[in-house]
Amino acid sequence: MGTYLVKKLILLIPLLFGITLLTFILTKALPGDPVLSMVGERAQPEVIERIRNEIGADKDVLRQYFGYIKLLLQGEFGRSYYTNRKVFDDLLLKFPHTLKLASGAMIIAIPVGLLLGFISAYRRESIADRIITSISVTGLSLPVFWSGLLIMLFFSLTLKIFPPSGTGDIKFLILPSITLSLPALATLARVTRSTLIEIFDLPFVTAARSKGIAEFKLTTIHVFKNALIPIVTVIGLDFGSYLNGAVLTETIFGWDGIGRFTMEGIIKRDYPVVMGCIITGTLIFVLINTVVDIVYHYLDPRIRLHEKSR
Amino acid sequence: MKKAGKISIALLVVILLFSLFAPLISHYDPDKIDLDTIKEPPSSKHFFGTDNKGRDIFSRVLYGGRISISVALIAAFLSMGIGLIVGLCSGYFGGKIDIAIMAMVDLILSFPSFLLAIGVSIILPPGIYTVMVAIAAVGWASFARLIRGYILTLREAPFVEAARSLGCSNIRIVFVHLMPQCISLTLVMMGLKLGGYILTEASLSFLGLGAQPPTATWGSMISANRAYISSAPWMVFFPGLMIAITAVCCNIMGDNLRDRFSVKIKE
Repeated sequence: MGTYLVKKLILLIPLLFGITLLTFILTKALPGDPVLSMVGERAQPEVIERIRNEIGADKDVLRQYFGYIKLLLQGEFGRSYYTNRKVFDDLLLKFPHTLKLASGAMIIAIPVGLLLGFISAYRRESIADRIITSISVTGLSLPVFWSGLLIMLFFSLTLKIFPPSGTGDIKFLILPSITLSLPALATLARVTRSTLIEIFDLPFVTAARSKGIAEFKLTTIHVFKNALIPIVTVIGLDFGSYLNGAVLTETIFGWDGIGRFTMEGIIKRDYPVVMGCIITGTLIFVLINTVVDIVYHYLDPRIRLHEKSR
Repeated sequence: MKKAGKISIALLVVILLFSLFAPLISHYDPDKIDLDTIKEPPSSKHFFGTDNKGRDIFSRVLYGGRISISVALIAAFLSMGIGLIVGLCSGYFGGKIDIAIMAMVDLILSFPSFLLAIGVSIILPPGIYTVMVAIAAVGWASFARLIRGYILTLREAPFVEAARSLGCSNIRIVFVHLMPQCISLTLVMMGLKLGGYILTEASLSFLGLGAQPPTATWGSMISANRAYISSAPWMVFFPGLMIAITAVCCNIMGDNLRDRFSVKIKE
């Protein structure tokens, strides 16, 4: 187990280099002086000097890249053009909001998505299955910035149950969470359905049935356990991508997280903010995926054996 | 093909035709400001109502559809083209080329795709080409990986060996013998991806990275009109409805294509 963890973590290193290389290329490709595109013209001369020292054009590209990594490690993602604040500080400030929203969405998506997937796999080709399948295709295809606005129109502007926008307690959290959960629960229902159907056709299910196991126990324990891997993958991917800020949902509902921060950066062409959001978002995403990989290892003895035999 | 698949394709054709023949269907100029007809609700004169500048929304949706659909389609073809060629070469030649290309593919796929698309579009001036490039820059990777995997299984097939022993050049083998084998796989993949590209196009336009005003696209209409959601909901409702219908139809079509050609592609 220990060696597996270490192996996974070592594999992360080239990936992290790759990611920072790509963001470095993007930063260099921004219009204008790359140093100023990290801090803006209004930054203090010392800050500009420091950045120029690391990634100035007088160095060769490799030195610039390592300078860039050094800056990132020091938490220097550049300064916002407008507020002149460190992007990293703002990201730290906004992350808890994004975490709240991502968790809210997953709290809705996981049980609903699993339940729908279960029903439609269990009652395959029934009317319920057809309805659920249509719901999940629709959920995948709705643009969240539109469904969010419709949800807002209905629940807060017409029924006036929830506040339309803002950041705050649970009242503010519910509508954006529902909006954000729609695509996640749709994917989850789809994956749950297709995985369960595959497993229901396996011989061990027939064997268990012929032993006289109660249908409920069979589904929940035997079948579900085998379906966990793809389900955990989907949950991990969605949670990981929600943590880098649901740009569209947060914008619609004025939720003060990383996503809205990104949006403001895009609109004002505040490059350091956008790049900072992209880098942190990607890092979080990659880390979550690694954690999911490690979780598999615990969940599924087959993967453990497979690793050993290699 | 199932009934839902047929209906979806029929609907897509209707949407395409309506956009294509927009000038024949709606005689309103999509960008013409008419201050006498501000925020009129849907009626027999203006099917989808008018916006805050008195422009006919039905007309804007039709003309916007031209941009939204063609941007997504071109981006899909770009992704497919790049992914096909790269995947073919990577799978057939193997070795260092393969390692380098697959490292790049893995890198791109390890990014959250929407964030990477934002990153690519922000370095370019906003416009429809930016959106195409952004979608394709991210999209080619999944095509490349799929094609490469398939080519690996074909590389040692008898017909390749036969071609080689007849003295075909590698280029000929790749493009004349192997490429046609990938057609159904790439088409299915494209069908599965198209709905997502429609949504990405709409989202990037919504963020202001796509076509600039006054030109309408479905996404940019929603972002421009969202302040009027309570006073004139039709300004937001119809463009979004078109995005949703188009994406639903594309996704159903994609699923049906996959089942029809019984191709295994992971979600």
